Amino acid sequence: MRVNGVPNVRTCIAPLKEDVHVEMQDKFANLPDADFKENLKKKIDVDILIVGAGPAGLCASIEAASQGASVLLVDENLKVGGQLVKQTHKFFGSKHEKAGTRGINIAVDLKKQLGEFEKSGKIQLMLNSTVIGYYESDKKTHKFAMVERKDYDTFLFEIDCKAVVFAVGAMENMLLFPGNDLPGVYGAGAVQTLMNVYGVKPGDNVLMVGAGNVGLIVSYQLLQAGINVDRVVEAAPFIGGYHVHAAKLRRCGVPIYTSHSIKEVYGKDKVEGVVVVSLDKNWQPIPGTEEKVKCDTICLAVGLTPSTRLLSQAGVEMEFIPEAGGYVALHDESMMTVKKGVFVSGDSSGIEEASTAMIEGKIAGVSAAYMLGYDKNALKLKKEFIEEIKRLRAGPFGKKPRDAKNKINKLLEEKQ
Amino acid sequence: MKNYEKDGILTIKDLSLPTDEQLKKGVALIECVQEIPCNPCVDSCPVGAISMKDINAPPVVDYDKCIACGKCIGVCPGLAIFVIKIKNDKALVSIPYEFLPVPAKGDTVKALNRKGKIVSDAIVQRVIKKGKTMIITIEVEKDLYNDIRNIRV
Repeated sequence: MRVNGVPNVRTCIAPLKEDVHVEMQDKFANLPDADFKENLKKKIDVDILIVGAGPAGLCASIEAASQGASVLLVDENLKVGGQLVKQTHKFFGSKHEKAGTRGINIAVDLKKQLGEFEKSGKIQLMLNSTVIGYYESDKKTHKFAMVERKDYDTFLFEIDCKAVVFAVGAMENMLLFPGNDLPGVYGAGAVQTLMNVYGVKPGDNVLMVGAGNVGLIVSYQLLQAGINVDRVVEAAPFIGGYHVHAAKLRRCGVPIYTSHSIKEVYGKDKVEGVVVVSLDKNWQPIPGTEEKVKCDTICLAVGLTPSTRLLSQAGVEMEFIPEAGGYVALHDESMMTVKKGVFVSGDSSGIEEASTAMIEGKIAGVSAAYMLGYDKNALKLKKEFIEEIKRLRAGPFGKKPRDAKNKINKLLEEKQ
Repeated sequence: MKNYEKDGILTIKDLSLPTDEQLKKGVALIECVQEIPCNPCVDSCPVGAISMKDINAPPVVDYDKCIACGKCIGVCPGLAIFVIKIKNDKALVSIPYEFLPVPAKGDTVKALNRKGKIVSDAIVQRVIKKGKTMIITIEVEKDLYNDIRNIRV
């Protein structure tokens, strides 16, 4: 959409004001050179750039600044917290990961800690801003371009940093089926954002696809918002999420159908219902088991894929690791990639939980600061964080991320 | 594969149940049987009745030590802890509850089992509103103590 003559404005998330001129934009936009010429490119020099202010990026920033490094924290949203701002459920883990505290409150805690460093000038926070590209620079720094949006104007920045931590999160996976483009088919995370961040009811009668923790938790939150959840269908022969989350749904009367999937979604202009089908041992639909279920909303909770486009542009070694959810940058125990000073953390380094994302962020932040010579108690902390994350991944639910990280380490050793 | 991994429902076989004497005194029943990395219940117990081999191990309640205070109900992220106390021919069941409307003491509500089926009526005996997980204590027939795990207002 074009707003006040500026093309490519994401009107779905830009705040609306009086007397704003919004137009449809049905073709590629010309790069508005004139705007950038008037708003001259500004430069920022900083020790560590941290991209993404979710659980991993916030923790990375706080740890890096605690060691004494100067930090620029950039996020494209209007507030910090990433996915935490919609996670109304209590977190698992130990007291180190704030177990028993709701995600939304963890975001408030981290924001408060961040505020202290903003006051002292150690962390500069830029919201509504997007890091858009990696550029050539001398060997001592990494150079990025970033745009900051203010109202409907855009400002271009050139960032020179000695180290960078990517904490850019992940994208929800989609499923292929007839009717998946009908209004009413959502990602479960999108529904969670609509309900818990914007207070918008996505529909009245939902069918959830996927019984991992995301599918189970969002189903429960739909019930809390007064929305009916007809059922949860899961293609695997077992419930992938924690039993305690499944039990919460079951005692509210929501059935969970394992070895079931959806064949198609039907409806004229929007979702009117869905055809559910049983799957055999080879995950193939069993003919004759089709059942029509009336509903107005389909929620897809079928996994996430790490966001890595900017990272791969930065020239790190990428590999496809199924257990990590897709392509990820090879990284060591310090969360550093093969490129010196380029770190990763959180879901963008392999799909996992917010608790482990926070610890990975801490490891990346403290390691980046240490690499630049900022060392108050960096090595001691790093050791503690690494031990903590190993403890959390030790159980059966930690097998997938454990396998992913082992593969990543092995591939990295082969490359070096 | 355990059955609850398919349908999300625990049975008596999956749980270690307290004795009648322990039930009269009142105990916390923790319906957390998988190895998940989580331990706030251990930290919440004022008498050290909940233990875990390591953070991934399922919690074990020492029913003799447990004083049925219910502190663990509100901290459990999985809402998997219930406190049961048998009084004559009735059972008091304390349940974590995160829905609106909130019932009041003396209200009659529907008592639901682990499948969400209405099993009986129940009278609300106590409502604790501390944080957003409320603890609702209801009174049901004694023999329903191991069935009732939810309410509908």
